[in-house]
Amino acid sequence: MTTPTQSDARTAVDFRHVDVIFGKRPKKALELLDAGQDRDAIQAATGDVVGVCDATLEVKEGEICVLMGLSGSGKSSLLRCVNGLNTVTRGEVLVRTGDAMVDVAQCNAKTLRQLRTHTVAMVFQQFALLPWRTVAENVGFGLEVQGIPKKQRDEVVAEKLAMVGLDAWKDSYAHELSGGMQQRVGLARAFAQDAPILLMDEPFSALDPLIRNKLQDELLELQQTLKKTIIFVSHDLDEAMKIGSRIAIMESGRVVQYGTPEDIALNPADAYVADFVAHMNPVNVLRGASIMTPVEVLKRLSGGRILVEPASGTVVKLDAEGGAATATATAAAEPSPVVEYQGPEQVADLPAHAVVAAPADITMREAMEIHRATNAPIVVQEDGKAVGVIGHREIYQGILGREGAPEDAPAPQDGKAAGDTSAA
Amino acid sequence: MDWLTDNKIPLGNWMRTFVDWLNDHAAFVFYFISDVFGFLIDGLIDLLLWVHPLAFIAALAGLGWWLHRSIGLVAMTVLSLLLVVNLGYWADTMETLALVLFATALCMAVGVPLGIAAAHRAWLYQVLRPILDLMQTIPTFVYLIPTLILFGLGVVPGLISTVIFAIAAPVRLTYLGISSAPKQLLEAGESFGATRSQMLWKIELPHAMPTIMAGLTQCIMLSLSMVVIAALVGAGGLGKPVVRALNTVNIGMGFEAGLSIVILAIVLDRLFKQPERRAAR
Repeated sequence: MTTPTQSDARTAVDFRHVDVIFGKRPKKALELLDAGQDRDAIQAATGDVVGVCDATLEVKEGEICVLMGLSGSGKSSLLRCVNGLNTVTRGEVLVRTGDAMVDVAQCNAKTLRQLRTHTVAMVFQQFALLPWRTVAENVGFGLEVQGIPKKQRDEVVAEKLAMVGLDAWKDSYAHELSGGMQQRVGLARAFAQDAPILLMDEPFSALDPLIRNKLQDELLELQQTLKKTIIFVSHDLDEAMKIGSRIAIMESGRVVQYGTPEDIALNPADAYVADFVAHMNPVNVLRGASIMTPVEVLKRLSGGRILVEPASGTVVKLDAEGGAATATATAAAEPSPVVEYQGPEQVADLPAHAVVAAPADITMREAMEIHRATNAPIVVQEDGKAVGVIGHREIYQGILGREGAPEDAPAPQDGKAAGDTSAA
Repeated sequence: MDWLTDNKIPLGNWMRTFVDWLNDHAAFVFYFISDVFGFLIDGLIDLLLWVHPLAFIAALAGLGWWLHRSIGLVAMTVLSLLLVVNLGYWADTMETLALVLFATALCMAVGVPLGIAAAHRAWLYQVLRPILDLMQTIPTFVYLIPTLILFGLGVVPGLISTVIFAIAAPVRLTYLGISSAPKQLLEAGESFGATRSQMLWKIELPHAMPTIMAGLTQCIMLSLSMVVIAALVGAGGLGKPVVRALNTVNIGMGFEAGLSIVILAIVLDRLFKQPERRAAR
């Protein structure tokens, strides 16, 4: 029942070889599954539906893990194992409660109830608010179930409603609210539980795109202070990429790839994932280190200078530590100091043809903003050393994908953390 | 064909033997039930008649205002009940009201828990369904005979017959309300760690409440429709003048008593009808 803990963050939820079978003959279905039969064959033979098969995932404390896939891929089925709404047919689902890990697949009713009241809260796709209760009564539902006295409950409810900006609506009924507001009530109800783990089952899918975007932003903002472990189900890759610290792509009940958004965007594990990624907007996902041309392949000139962009003739002179010091934007121009990138608000003030030095984890969107302002290549720096360059060619490649990338600009191969690929 | 009719299955004999056996060996149980129910109904009738008719009408008007905030409903209640007093059927109306209230209370007390249990156990509903169908379709007079034998003449066999006839409504509607609770609401309850009884009291019953209330009004109406039949076996109330009018071909009396039944039915229906239904989701 113990898991190897890593130095940085502890495991919050650990799925180990989880199979979920819906139907009356799970034993037979498992046998067929082990014999290598696929979902359709198993359903034809037993009438049972394979929801999830052999899913193994580890979710760290404080991260947002997005289970992503098309409908029927088993993402919701897997999510629902965490609080026992679905029964695990085989395997373990370990959930951290304090310092111990509880196996939801094996635990008794009392432990499960304890887990549901104190450890795991849930937000539903169709909000699942009780229509005969007011907003405040809905938010207080979980606390009421725990038998917490009304006075104490009201305090928590007021606090959580303020958190989602609905304090003025506490006496309204759910049907009097818009979809986005209803889901905020759902969020407040889950937050009121004060559980460290939050399950979100396509919470924003029923909302229109503008509201969805807004709620995503609000969730990310709240997460800054709440630091909960969130398992989030989505069928929208852009949403997954925006929200997820890590994404598990699921297909036909299996986890086909589990990694950071950038990892998935750059190195899709198979054609299915690649197909997803092809339709994704990479601008918010890719970071400087993965789209830059590494400094090693650039042409070195005499005197510690590097030709960073042959087309415009931009040359950067490095200082003693290897950082970019001055730049000559065009062959004719005088050398001028490299501008250190401070943040998005600085972009408007950047002079044309200024060469900017940006950190390796800069998003592609920011790099594009800078490039639009300066029309000059951007030097990517890490620990004060120039490690690569982003010009218009790198930006086009980032958008169009790695197919057809010129040989002199190899895409990072192991695509782990952004820094690893570029460490010189 | 002859062999088919010659060997008649003695179903009727079996039934008679069964009822006789019950009467011989378990009579004390039925008499006990008869005494208890008879005592309670008589008490209720006495209580209703003890109140002055005008005070009673005022109280009902107050209840109507409190529940529905409707001047029209209050005016209708007051005027129609005053008409009943005027016609001279107040005492009969109170007796009928007592029978109806008692039968309805009994039906709800048994029917609602039964409906809940059936909604939670598929097998129980499978068992109940044909029994409920039977109780609703079998002609009343058929079970009036054995109840008459077992419970003796009076208000109790009328009450039992009324319960048999009316109980299907609350059972079915409670079953319907509980089993139609949306899955996502049940999952929400579960995911917040609600126990089984919390699920029932905080999710299933509030969801089913409008349907259960519909069961209540239906039950009242079905009970009222049994008033005349109950009078045949000796129950008092508005059924009695109707039966007497039938026997003496007295058109006037029949009309007045019938009108009183209708007035009672309308007043009860309007009073207990679910006040403005909240739009569900």
